[in-house]
Amino acid sequence: MREVCVVGVGMSKWGEVWRQSLRCLHTEAALNAIKNAGVDHLDSMYVGCMTSGLFVGQEHLASLLTDYMGMPGLPATRVESACASGGLAVRSAFIEVASGISDIVMASGVEKMTDCSGDEATDALAAAADQEYEVFHGATFPGLYAMMAHVHMAQYGTTRDMLSAVAVKNHNNGSMNPDAQYPFKVTKERVESSVMVANPLRILDCSPITDGAAAVIVTTVDIAKKLGKPYIKILGSGIGTDTIQLAQRDDMATIKAATIAAAGAFKMAGKKIGDMQFAEVHDCFTIAEIMVAESIGKYKPGKAGPAFLAGESALDGAFPINSSGGLKSKGHPVGATGVAQVVEVYKQLTGQAEKGRQIPNSPKIAMAQNMGGSGGSSVVHILEVA
Amino acid sequence: MTMFSSRNWREYPHRYRLEATKFTKSGKTYFPKRMVDPVTGDTEQEMVTLPETGKVITYTIIQIAPPQWGDQAPYALAVVELTDGTRLMAQMTDCDTTKVKIGMEVRIEFRKIQAEADHGVISYGYKFVPKWY
Repeated sequence: MREVCVVGVGMSKWGEVWRQSLRCLHTEAALNAIKNAGVDHLDSMYVGCMTSGLFVGQEHLASLLTDYMGMPGLPATRVESACASGGLAVRSAFIEVASGISDIVMASGVEKMTDCSGDEATDALAAAADQEYEVFHGATFPGLYAMMAHVHMAQYGTTRDMLSAVAVKNHNNGSMNPDAQYPFKVTKERVESSVMVANPLRILDCSPITDGAAAVIVTTVDIAKKLGKPYIKILGSGIGTDTIQLAQRDDMATIKAATIAAAGAFKMAGKKIGDMQFAEVHDCFTIAEIMVAESIGKYKPGKAGPAFLAGESALDGAFPINSSGGLKSKGHPVGATGVAQVVEVYKQLTGQAEKGRQIPNSPKIAMAQNMGGSGGSSVVHILEVA
Repeated sequence: MTMFSSRNWREYPHRYRLEATKFTKSGKTYFPKRMVDPVTGDTEQEMVTLPETGKVITYTIIQIAPPQWGDQAPYALAVVELTDGTRLMAQMTDCDTTKVKIGMEVRIEFRKIQAEADHGVISYGYKFVPKWY
């Protein structure tokens, strides 16, 4: 396998971007990444998108998007694993470069979520759950994570305070991120008085509906050196799956797909969780950040919540999590999220994060964990600055 | 999403009669039916009918509901472990949602689940009710 790295990154505007269509958002992120990397061509592209067909009625994205990037004819593939589609695009690009099939590959992600009504968006997102045995009975995504939260609370004594700590910390980080959809701080009181969506989760426990795209240029270390731009190595890539039906899991308080993905990525990288200096994780709901931190092995079950309350996951804590603001504050255009996590890790490891948000003491190595549905899939990458 | 009648009646064995798969090698029952035991890889199986009582393993109260259930919100949704160890998800009904708790004993009843507006398909299936109800 060849050594693979990320040499340039790009983002579109994130938020309720009514002036831009799906193709515009993607083109903006793609051109930003190409310019940032300084590459003069691409050999191929992988685009992650969860369900543009349901959100805007548009499929066949790989062809549409390469055309609008000004690269008709470019070999391109769209990949899907619900909300982990972006991570899967990065993994696919990594495999193609590592194998020697291509030298310069773009991994991108996009989702346009506000060109439909709120009810239609809810239906589209529910496509990541089991239609016949969950959605049929009235399950919603907040509802599924709420059920996981109740199990976690019953088994480990996880509290409302711990959930709130995740939202407060991520909004604090996001308040310093110019790409964030909701760049404002929230107080514990505001989180705990926000409207209840599915007990025990309130609206400020949930990530938002977001339009947005992100892209990274994946290439060999040799090419990155010639380009003369800052680059980070992809040391390991892991993917895991699990039953998408919650009821079929032996333990609903852990995310087995994340455990499998992390183990695969660590094994490939020759690293362990203790080597990681910070992480971007998939906080689609506050409880998810707690469960993922345990599932990837950073904390024993039930220990992440207390550690978060003690400030360990803050920017200046022992193990910063979601310096970008996470899905909670930065936004969650589902197909783009996994790519944007790598964008954040790139900025942090190359010292390019915005003022106030840069993790202190120049961290060298980190991980990005992306998740599909209620934990039916997960993709993990281990990244290190050269 | 439009509910086509074939998609609806295809699930009748599960939703109307609680038919499940019991694998010979592991003795474990799965609902809905499967062709392969996910643990042992066994395909030798028999059809069994699920027991109709169990207890709540976890739950939530859906406050903001999809449009089909808008007039029912708030409603409780639960994962129940039946007496044979099989788990399934469905709505709780005929109960005070604020009284739903982990460990609560329930039984299964046949109920209307959802109806498409005006002339669409009406879907029936199982819901949980408190055991004492």
